[in-house]
Amino acid sequence: MADRLLVGTRKGLFVLKRTAPLQWQIEATHFLAEPVSMVLHDARTDVLHVALNLGHFGVKMWRSRDFSTSSGNNWEETPAPLYPAQPASAADEQPWNLGQVWALEAGGADQPGLLWAGTLPGGLFVSRDQGDSWELNRPLWDRDERRQWGGGGYDTPGIHSICVDPRHSATVSVAISTGGIWQTHNGGADWQLIGNGMYADYMPEDMRTDPLVQDVHRLVQCGKDPDVLWVQHHCGIFRSRDNAQTFEQIHAQPSSFGFAVAVHPRDANTAWFVPAVKDECRVPVDGKFVVTRTRDGGKTFAALTSGLPQEPAYDLVYRHGLDIDASGDRLAMGSTTGSLWITENGGEAWTPVSAHLPPVYCLRFF
Amino acid sequence: MPTVVFAPALQRHVASPPQQVQANTVRAALDATFAVIPKLRDYVLEDQGQLRKHVLIFIDGKQLRDRELLADVVAENSEIYVVQALSGG
Repeated sequence: MADRLLVGTRKGLFVLKRTAPLQWQIEATHFLAEPVSMVLHDARTDVLHVALNLGHFGVKMWRSRDFSTSSGNNWEETPAPLYPAQPASAADEQPWNLGQVWALEAGGADQPGLLWAGTLPGGLFVSRDQGDSWELNRPLWDRDERRQWGGGGYDTPGIHSICVDPRHSATVSVAISTGGIWQTHNGGADWQLIGNGMYADYMPEDMRTDPLVQDVHRLVQCGKDPDVLWVQHHCGIFRSRDNAQTFEQIHAQPSSFGFAVAVHPRDANTAWFVPAVKDECRVPVDGKFVVTRTRDGGKTFAALTSGLPQEPAYDLVYRHGLDIDASGDRLAMGSTTGSLWITENGGEAWTPVSAHLPPVYCLRFF
Repeated sequence: MPTVVFAPALQRHVASPPQQVQANTVRAALDATFAVIPKLRDYVLEDQGQLRKHVLIFIDGKQLRDRELLADVVAENSEIYVVQALSGG
């Protein structure tokens, strides 16, 4: 079970440590005042990678080696992904400038040093040297269909989810808001647009089922059963049982709208969501903050409320604001209004850890 | 020689003492500065080499005009002041 939690916020990175059952305390604060858009603890190397999004001065990457023991007293700035020079002939609605690092994932155990970074405005970058350098994945960036990607979470398209297949590290699925789900089976040499079955109800009727226009809010993959992937989509919840080739729609109450989803690492039928009123409203239904959980692959959902505010509450959980540890029992959840909860029993009961953090952008157990 | 000065908001991230450089344009002055403090470049310029959207440059108190090529001319004793814009960020 994970006993530490990384919480990236609008105003810095907080490291929490479990000091007793249901007791989690801030152990360390790093980059106070700086927006932390993503964090990754690479368990293969015990290196912590942090992506900052400095408003004036751009995206910055920082790294701490031996993080479990160094506690971050050895930060070093590393190069941020850099978009290549834009050819004069390459007319493009999107700027070839890094807007934000929105996803960071480690490659497989057989790929030491390999990292993936998903960014705004839609570039996927790879590092083969633990972040010493980054390279734009041109096979995806150069696809003609990219010109049809659109803004979703931000003004420009962005890659927010990167799933490295635990059976075969060269198989990687990425999700774009908006641009659907793309998959490679050869480490990024070429990509296929996949994800039939998702449905964008706000698009013109003849475009609604086009995989290219889908606004996937978050894509997660079951570790033990990687053919099962869950999607929290702008227009609802979808589940795939064939490695994201096709999806079926799932209906949850009180709402199927949201941003975050977590799947149990060993039970592909169990997943958690944080619902909100669709879709411009984006607050808890009736002001009651709940987590929904299915244990039967989406046939039924339970609304989990114990420990969560049932008085008028307007917390929203972003797509990276919900995480589950390797045990499948512990989940952490952070909101835009600076609340942080942890459960140690799969969501049956939640313990408030803080209601006074800066807006939470991302959190991860390690 | 022109002097390039960096505002405290930038100093917070990269120690950047004033630089006296041999240059007759803002671009040349910044390039000479980046040669001394390489890390500074990505804080001031974006991927395509243009001035970041939320960074301003003043040359002897007048705002930079050519934000794309940074071709504004500087004089022998000019002060080039690099500062965060208050427009956002």
